Amino acid sequence: MISLSAVQKSYSSDVAIGPVDLKIPTGGITAMVGPNGAGKSTLLTMIGRLLGLDAGAIEIAGYDVASTASKDLAKIVSILRQENHFVTRLTVRQLVGFGRFPHSKGRLTRDDEEIISRSIDFLNLNELENRYLDQLSGGQRQRAYVAMVLAQETDHVLLDEPLNNLDMKHSAQMMQLLHKAARELGRTIVIVLHDINFAGHYADHICAVKDGKVIEFGTPAEIMTDEVLSRVFDTPVTVIDGPRGPLAVYY
Amino acid sequence: MPESNTIKSAPRTTPALASRHHLGRVSGPLPTGRVRRRYWIVLSILIILALGFAGGLLAYDNPMPPGTPGFWLIAQMRSVNVLVMLLVAFCQAMATVSFQTATNNRIITPSIMGFESLYIAVQTGAVFFLGAAGVTAIQGVPQFALQLVLMVGLSMALYGWLLSGKNGNLQIMLLVGIVLGGGLGAVSSFMQRLLTPSEFDVLTARLFGSISNADVSYLPVAIPLAAVAGTLLWLNAKRLNVIALGKDASTNLGLNHRFETMRVLFLVSILMAVSTALVGPMTFLGFLVATLAYQLADTHDHLYVFPVAILVGFVVLSGAYFVMKNVFYAQGVVSIIIEAVGGTVFLIFILRKGRL
Repeated sequence: MISLSAVQKSYSSDVAIGPVDLKIPTGGITAMVGPNGAGKSTLLTMIGRLLGLDAGAIEIAGYDVASTASKDLAKIVSILRQENHFVTRLTVRQLVGFGRFPHSKGRLTRDDEEIISRSIDFLNLNELENRYLDQLSGGQRQRAYVAMVLAQETDHVLLDEPLNNLDMKHSAQMMQLLHKAARELGRTIVIVLHDINFAGHYADHICAVKDGKVIEFGTPAEIMTDEVLSRVFDTPVTVIDGPRGPLAVYY
Repeated sequence: MPESNTIKSAPRTTPALASRHHLGRVSGPLPTGRVRRRYWIVLSILIILALGFAGGLLAYDNPMPPGTPGFWLIAQMRSVNVLVMLLVAFCQAMATVSFQTATNNRIITPSIMGFESLYIAVQTGAVFFLGAAGVTAIQGVPQFALQLVLMVGLSMALYGWLLSGKNGNLQIMLLVGIVLGGGLGAVSSFMQRLLTPSEFDVLTARLFGSISNADVSYLPVAIPLAAVAGTLLWLNAKRLNVIALGKDASTNLGLNHRFETMRVLFLVSILMAVSTALVGPMTFLGFLVATLAYQLADTHDHLYVFPVAILVGFVVLSGAYFVMKNVFYAQGVVSIIIEAVGGTVFLIFILRKGRL
């Protein structure tokens, strides 16, 4: 479980996040949605200790994020940002291998290699494992980074807009894989999503963020309504019954 | 908060899916047999070249017949130069590779961070205020140690101030470093304008990066310092590999990024200070060596890049020195040939491969 209590972060007098109180339950996918600049990514990076808090506290599985040593947190929570610094002459497999760093400090054991193989296979990258990152398409590279955080074998996985730059096919594949990771590998996945329909279909919980505050938290059935979505996104939204569940129409 | 709808998840550990893992699938630093072979061939060629140039420097054009006591005496006297080259190559290679990793930037070198400008300013200041005698006034082990302390102090003040603040930012630190370097350089140029021609002539000899600037009496201070800093970086190679992934990814993997960067930059500043105070500015050498090393080693792993970089550095330095001494009879001024030939090799590599 991830719990935030009175979390605050201020940038200037009129741009501020919080205070946010939130409990993200263990298991499944929790999607964070909201308009641009609402603070979804900021909240996620604060949970993942990439950004410090100005006030309040965040606990992951009972460990306080601010006071627990970074190397211990790395075994509990992993976070992937949208943009990643891009190292040349690094193969997919070597990148995924970095996911084992918190456990093996760079000296990969036989068990580590097996976990790396499993993560690579899980994301269907086994054909590409010896390719260099600069020889991959954007979508393949994105999958390689996700494989790295999965290889970290943390109970909690935080992903900041992993569907960015992915086309229809790869977005759907990525969400299916994350869904599978949550079900079969028992991970708690928190994900920032732009497309409300992806959230409605794949997430177990949706957390709606607006103006730096969490204004709604519930199951997709509770959030996917005309009234709630129109309020969250500040634009008229109609939810219709699609062939595979509710579908938000906003154009 | 809906605590009740907590999802019952499957037991934690990864289920043994029909795993296609086999022992051939490993993630070593050199992923395939071809890359591995290439690496060891490159390393052997570099070792042979290094030994060849070192041998050449000791034995070529030695007036005494080989094997006589006189021959060995001359070789022994020359070996100091070879030792200095080895030290400079070691410092520049380790420092530049680590610096580029810590700053996540492959097109800069630590020399632009004010080390060389400070060296030039100190040398120029000495001549400016004390006349030609100033050059001798700043020679000696205490003065050498003072220069080291000045350079490390300046860079640590810069790194510490700019990286520990709330808005600490590597890009700003680099920019301020370059601006400070430029400012110091301008002050030096101004002082040089006011020198008499003879004083200026004495000074110029000190400002060319030159192996013969090195004073043997500095070595007992320089070698241990460089060895300690270099060894610490070497032991840190696995962490450097992670730091290369960037701030967010290395924090995710459990490193305290700010602390790690500061540690690397501190060690880098020691190595750069030793090299610069010993032989003067070598602006291009570090950059050239690091870039060539990455091209030749073809891996991201610092444990494998470091030895290639050091050997490349030594081959470039000793090769340049050998050519300068035995072809142009202008021994000492190696930075000229490094920049001309090294720069060409660098351009060919970049144009051929199209990447850094």
